[in-house]
Amino acid sequence: MKSLECKCGHINPVGTQLCESCGRPLTEEAINKPLADMRYEGSARRSQTYNKTIIDKVWNFFSSVKVGMWIIVAILVAAAIGTILPQVFYVPANNATEAAAYYERIYGTFGKIYNDLGLSDLYSSWWFQGLIGMLGISLIIASLDRVIPLYKSLKKQKVKRHSSFLQRQRLYTKAENVTEDVLTPAEKKLKELKYNVRREDGALLAEKGRFSRWGPYVNHLGLIIFLGGVMLRAIPGVYVDEQLWIREGETLAVPGASGYFIQNNGFEFDVYDKESSDEVFSDAIDRVGTIASNYQTNLTLFEGANQEVVGDPGELEEIKSGPTIVNKPFKFDSYNIYQIDFRLDELKAMTFNLENKESGEQFGEFTIDLIEPEPEYDLGDGYKVELVDYYADFTGFENGEPQSKSPIPNNPAFLVRMYTPDKPEPETSFVLIRETIEPFGENDYKLKFQAAETRDISGLTVRKDLTLPILMIGGLIFMIGVAQGSYWNHRRIWIQQTATGDVSIAGHTNKNWNSVKKDLYYVTKDTKVPRPKDQQDPEDDLDFEEGDETS
Amino acid sequence: MAQSKKTRFYIRTVILAILVVAIIGTIYVNVTKEKNAVLAVGDQAPDFQLVDMDGNVQRLSDYKGQGVFLNFWGTWCKPCAKEMPYIDKQYQVFKDQGVQTIAVNIAESDFKVNSYTKQYGMTFPVVIDRQKNVMERYNIGPLPTTFLVDPDGKIIRIIQGEMTEQDVANFMEEIKPS
Repeated sequence: MKSLECKCGHINPVGTQLCESCGRPLTEEAINKPLADMRYEGSARRSQTYNKTIIDKVWNFFSSVKVGMWIIVAILVAAAIGTILPQVFYVPANNATEAAAYYERIYGTFGKIYNDLGLSDLYSSWWFQGLIGMLGISLIIASLDRVIPLYKSLKKQKVKRHSSFLQRQRLYTKAENVTEDVLTPAEKKLKELKYNVRREDGALLAEKGRFSRWGPYVNHLGLIIFLGGVMLRAIPGVYVDEQLWIREGETLAVPGASGYFIQNNGFEFDVYDKESSDEVFSDAIDRVGTIASNYQTNLTLFEGANQEVVGDPGELEEIKSGPTIVNKPFKFDSYNIYQIDFRLDELKAMTFNLENKESGEQFGEFTIDLIEPEPEYDLGDGYKVELVDYYADFTGFENGEPQSKSPIPNNPAFLVRMYTPDKPEPETSFVLIRETIEPFGENDYKLKFQAAETRDISGLTVRKDLTLPILMIGGLIFMIGVAQGSYWNHRRIWIQQTATGDVSIAGHTNKNWNSVKKDLYYVTKDTKVPRPKDQQDPEDDLDFEEGDETS
Repeated sequence: MAQSKKTRFYIRTVILAILVVAIIGTIYVNVTKEKNAVLAVGDQAPDFQLVDMDGNVQRLSDYKGQGVFLNFWGTWCKPCAKEMPYIDKQYQVFKDQGVQTIAVNIAESDFKVNSYTKQYGMTFPVVIDRQKNVMERYNIGPLPTTFLVDPDGKIIRIIQGEMTEQDVANFMEEIKPS
C-alpha cells in the first residue's frame, strides 16, 4: 500500500493533493500550479485511489460527477422524447391493440415506430426507470465519496499551515519587519465579524460559515429521499391514479378502491353572469360570453356489503356525500376524487304523447327512460304503449333489422306497439327522432315527441398517494440544502507572523470572493500589512469605503 | 491499512447491493404491475358474483370442477349477435358434460338484455355487470371477449372477437373436465 509522506512528517493517503496537516502541495501537478485547488480541501477522493476489484470499478463509475452529468443528460433527452407524441395514458384506447392502431392512424408511420419502440409508454419503461435508479446511485455514491473526506479534512485542519499553502491561496499578502503583534488585533476584529478564531504559536485561523459546505450534500440527501418516496409507489396500495367517466344518476365501482362505489348525483357547470358579478366585470362578460365559474360533481360514496368478490356489490352502505370541485377534491380514506372533465347533455329520457293523427286528440304522456326503459307504458282508458325494442344509437337497417352502434343514447329509436280501445290489433310504429316509420302500413295513431331530458357526464380522477409526506420532506430538505449552499459561504483567513516579523495573510472562500476581500480589508486597514491581493485577478482594485466593513 | 481496505470493500459491496436490489425490485414491480392488471393465459380467473336474469346468483367459483365458457358481450355489438346462437347451441351440447356458459353483459338495461335474450333464444345464464367492476377486473376492451376457464379455475384462452360455431365447439371441448 502506497501512501504519501509529507516533508512535515504527516502520512497522507494516496491521491492527496495538499498535505492534510500542513497544506504543502504533494503532487507534481499541485506543485506546478500557482494556486492551490481547494476543492475537497485537496484531499484524496476515495474513488480516485483504488481501482482493483470489480466493486471498486463500479463504485468509481458512479462516483464520477462526469458520469452523473451524463446520466442526467440521458434522462433529459429521454424525457424530452417522451413528449413528442402523447403518452399512451392520454390516448383514447382501452388496450395495447387499440393504442397501436391509434398511433398509426393519427401519426402515421412515425407514430407506429414511436409506439413499437415503446416510446409511447416511455416513463414506465424499465430502462427509463433504470436511468433514474442510476441517478440515485450516482447521487448517493458521489456524495458519500466527497462528503466524508471533506468532513474529515475540515474537522482536523491545522491552524498552522506551511507557507507554501498560504502562498497558493487566491488572496495572499506578505509583509516583512512588522514589529507589533498583528495577530491579537486581527483576532479581535475577526471575532467582531463573527469568525471562529483559533490560534497556535504565531498562526491564526479564522473560519466562518463552514456549514455552507454541506449544502450540496444536504440537497442530494433531499433528492435521494424524494426518489425513495417515488420508489415506494411501486408497493401495491400506496399509489392509485385512475380515471372514470360517470353519468348523472349512475353508480359505478371506484377504480383502484375495491369495494367502494360512487354515485353521481349531478354535475354543475356555472358561469359568471352580469347580475351576480361586480360591475367592473360586465365588459369582460359581454366580450367573452360565457366564463366558467364552477365545475362540480355531487357524489355519494358507498361501500358494498359484499367485500370478498367483485361483481354484485350486495347492499350499498352510504359512507358520505359531497361535492368534488376543481381543486377541491372529494376525500375518503386516503383517496381524493378530482373533478377533471365533463360532457354536457347526453340524452337521458324522452317524453311522448299518444296522439290520433287525424283529430290531434292526445291520450296521455309517458316518459321513456333511455337508460332503464320499461316494457310497457299504460296510459289508462285502454290506451297502452308497448316497447318492443329499443335501439340506443340507431344507425339504420340491415336486412330489415334495426342496428345500434353503441349502448349510448346518441340517436334513440323505438319499436312500439300502440294499443287503443278502437283497434282490435295494436298498431306498430318505429319511432325515431323527428321521424316515424310505419312498417305495416298507415297507422291512425302516432307517438308525438314532447320533450327530452338530458344528463351530463363527469370525468373524474381517483388518486391516492401515500408517498406525499415523504416527497414533501425530501423537497424541503432539498431546499434547505440549496439555501445553505447558496446564501452562506465558507470563508477562511490564515494569518501567520514569525518571530522575525514576517507576516503572511491568506484568504479563501468557496464563493462570493468580495465578502472575504472586504473582511480582509477590515482586518488589515490599520496595520502595516497591505490588503491581500487577488492573485487570480490582478486587476482587482476594489475600493472599500469606511463604514462598509461588515458584511 | 489492509484491514481498512477490506472494510471498505465490504462497505461498498453492501451499499451497492442494497441500492441495486432496491432499484431492480422497484423496476420489476413497476414493469410487471401493468401486466398483472391485464389478465393473461395461465392466470387464475378472478372470482366474481353477479345476479342473472332469472334472479339466481352466479358465482364463478361455484363452478369449480367444471369448465366455464365466459363471454362478455353487448346488445349493440354485431359480432356478439352472430356468435350468440352458436354459443347457445353448443351450450346445449356441452352443459351435461361439465361445461358451463355465462354471458356477462356490460351495464345495459334489463329491458334491452331481456328483449335480446328473448330474440336470440339464449338459454344459458346471462348476468349484467352494472357497476362495470367485473369488466374492469377482467380488463375487457373490445366486445365480444371470451375467457375459457378450465375446471381448476385457470384461464386457458382469451378470445377477442367473433367465433364460428366450430370454434365455440372446439373451445368448449378444451375446457371439458376429463
